[in-house]
Amino acid sequence: MKEIVEHIARSLVDNPDAVKVIETETDDAIVLRLYTAPEDVGKVIGKQGRVAKSIRMVLKLATAPDGRKYTLEIE
Amino acid sequence: MRSAEKTAKTVREALDLALAELGIGLEDAEYEILEMPKSGIWGLGSKEARVRVTTEENAARVAIAFLEPVLAKLGAKATCAVEEKEDFFWISYVGENMGRVIGRRGETLNALQYLVNLAVGKNLTKKPRIILDVEGYRQSRTETLAALAKKVANKVKRTGRDVMLEPMSPYERRIIHMTLQEDAFVQTLSQGEEPARRVVITKKRY
Repeated sequence: MKEIVEHIARSLVDNPDAVKVIETETDDAIVLRLYTAPEDVGKVIGKQGRVAKSIRMVLKLATAPDGRKYTLEIE
Repeated sequence: MRSAEKTAKTVREALDLALAELGIGLEDAEYEILEMPKSGIWGLGSKEARVRVTTEENAARVAIAFLEPVLAKLGAKATCAVEEKEDFFWISYVGENMGRVIGRRGETLNALQYLVNLAVGKNLTKKPRIILDVEGYRQSRTETLAALAKKVANKVKRTGRDVMLEPMSPYERRIIHMTLQEDAFVQTLSQGEEPARRVVITKKRY
């Protein structure tokens, strides 16, 4: 799912090369931390978080092989 | 708009190189011959052909390039159909495992549609809207909403009381407004703020 978040983020920002996603794990979730160029942060969050919410909605469809869910954090 | 400039022995070859780099066919391109090839004598004074190809990005292509990897990753095997309407593109997917992409009341579908419109808007100067459909969901939702609009309109006519519908997306509200705009007895208006904006149907007063 890391690739998908990267793909979506790259399609939305001005500096696609600066997009990076780092995967970390907790007991009940896989956390995807999304990094972008500072001036692009707003683009992946959106007005009232609408973009971030939409990305999370898409992530909700996915489950890791072991049943854990994905969560998205924007850094 | 994207462009590529290529040189080769012949105009045709240079053109093919440029088209290949842009990943498009000749029908989507405009080209300009910057330099005609010259053969020269034994390679002396010869010149290669130089061509510049430009293309206006096609919204549907950008949309599909955005959607395909996402759907594939979600385990959906789908085929896609694109219809170009006056001011929007209707892109619909049908296939295995697609039902869950719709989500509760279409919320996942709406999220994807929102993202695809942003991606298209970012890459194009002209920004046609993309309407994304999966398994005919939007089509049947359109019919359901039109039927609902008529049913509620009848109730309003009978009782004279206003009826407020549940919150809907702008596209869904538009269906309600369009369905009833010719109605002589009721009128519709939208109230509240997104995303809880809802349509109210009221009796026309003379």
